[in-house]
Amino acid sequence: MCLAVPGKVLERQDMLATIEVGGVTRKVSLMLLPETQVGDFVLIHAGFAVQRIDEEEAEKTLALFKELEQYAANE
Amino acid sequence: MLQMNNEEIRKAADFFTHEIAKLAGDKSFRLMEVCGTHTVAIFKAGIRQLLPENVQLVSGPGCPVCVTPNEYLDTAIAFSRKSDVMIATFGDMLKVPGSSSTLAAEKAQGADIRIVYSSLEGLELAKRYPDKKVIFLAVGFETTAPTAAAAILMAEAEKVANFYVLSSHKLVPPALRALLSSGDSKVHGFLLPGHVSAMIGLTPYEFLSKEYNTPAVVAGFEPLDILQSVYMLLRQLDCGVAKVENQYRRIVPKEGNPAACEVLSTVYQAADAQWRGIGHLKNSGLVMREKYQKFDALLNIPVTVEETKEAKGCQCGSVLRGLMLPTSCPLFGKTCKPEHPVGSCMVSIEGTCAAWYKYGAGRWQV
Repeated sequence: MCLAVPGKVLERQDMLATIEVGGVTRKVSLMLLPETQVGDFVLIHAGFAVQRIDEEEAEKTLALFKELEQYAANE
Repeated sequence: MLQMNNEEIRKAADFFTHEIAKLAGDKSFRLMEVCGTHTVAIFKAGIRQLLPENVQLVSGPGCPVCVTPNEYLDTAIAFSRKSDVMIATFGDMLKVPGSSSTLAAEKAQGADIRIVYSSLEGLELAKRYPDKKVIFLAVGFETTAPTAAAAILMAEAEKVANFYVLSSHKLVPPALRALLSSGDSKVHGFLLPGHVSAMIGLTPYEFLSKEYNTPAVVAGFEPLDILQSVYMLLRQLDCGVAKVENQYRRIVPKEGNPAACEVLSTVYQAADAQWRGIGHLKNSGLVMREKYQKFDALLNIPVTVEETKEAKGCQCGSVLRGLMLPTSCPLFGKTCKPEHPVGSCMVSIEGTCAAWYKYGAGRWQV
């Protein structure tokens, strides 16, 4: 039930945002994430944006996982 | 979300599984994935099969549908039978058995029950059908509870007088405290729920390490997130330390989402709550503050609820506490299947029993 999906904020009108999720756009409430800006990637749960996705941290995680390839190769 | 090809994923998974086996050595560890979404992700990715046999993952009480008590379902069903009531609910609740019926059965009998994907859709229904009392069934943990609180604040601002909420929200940290304080959990470490943590942050879990010396890691939902989190837990156990670590930094800041917590605490306050199969837990649920009690269905719409009865033989309580695998329940796969569930853990797609039934082919014998 705590499933959430990532999406990109395309537009903002007051406390409502148009968000693109997997090529589909939908309206999402910003009541729980009022500082959201156009261009942000956010996590969406049950019709609400609930958290901003930290792209820098996502890149770090990705880089770490990709770096493990060389350790696996050396086993 | 993390763009990697299959070969890169396989190699990273190889690294983690190799390191996990090395850290575990010949010692046995029981780690609990608290969240139902993790349970499903673990099965889908075949993570149990990747781990050595002495590193056991057990599922915890983190499926909101599974821990919703019968009494709540019986009340929702009783409300649905009233001609002036419309029920707005997440689809997960439809097939959950009450004492003698389900919402799905009531819907088939003509009850006005609408499936919604958001509390705001419930509010929209109330505006569209002013002659109906629209009751939104609010279940879920700290991820979902603020969305119900937000709908109540909107109903208050827009003066929607026919919108009501039947709350059965639950809080994760008190459930973990109850598991550990009971003394029979035998859990060495916790994989903490990523999206609950995105709301509440890390501080509410500090007691796990400080009071119970139990390591915990906030985990993401990709297979590599989960493997890395298991590795992080074993590293803590190997070093003899216990702290709350955050593997899911791309989503979970240390402070969580203060705006969502503010919305939640404006409308709700903590109260004791009943958990199916676990019992009565102190300050583990939420009730509306006095100012918002006009939206509480229970306090404003008279209803007669049948006497609650529990399903005979159902072992959901032991499964939810990680004390028993679903396959040890005498009903599992026999009288209790997803198409005819006896207990709630077989109903929800996030239920431990449903996940074992769906993904455990060849791993259990009926």
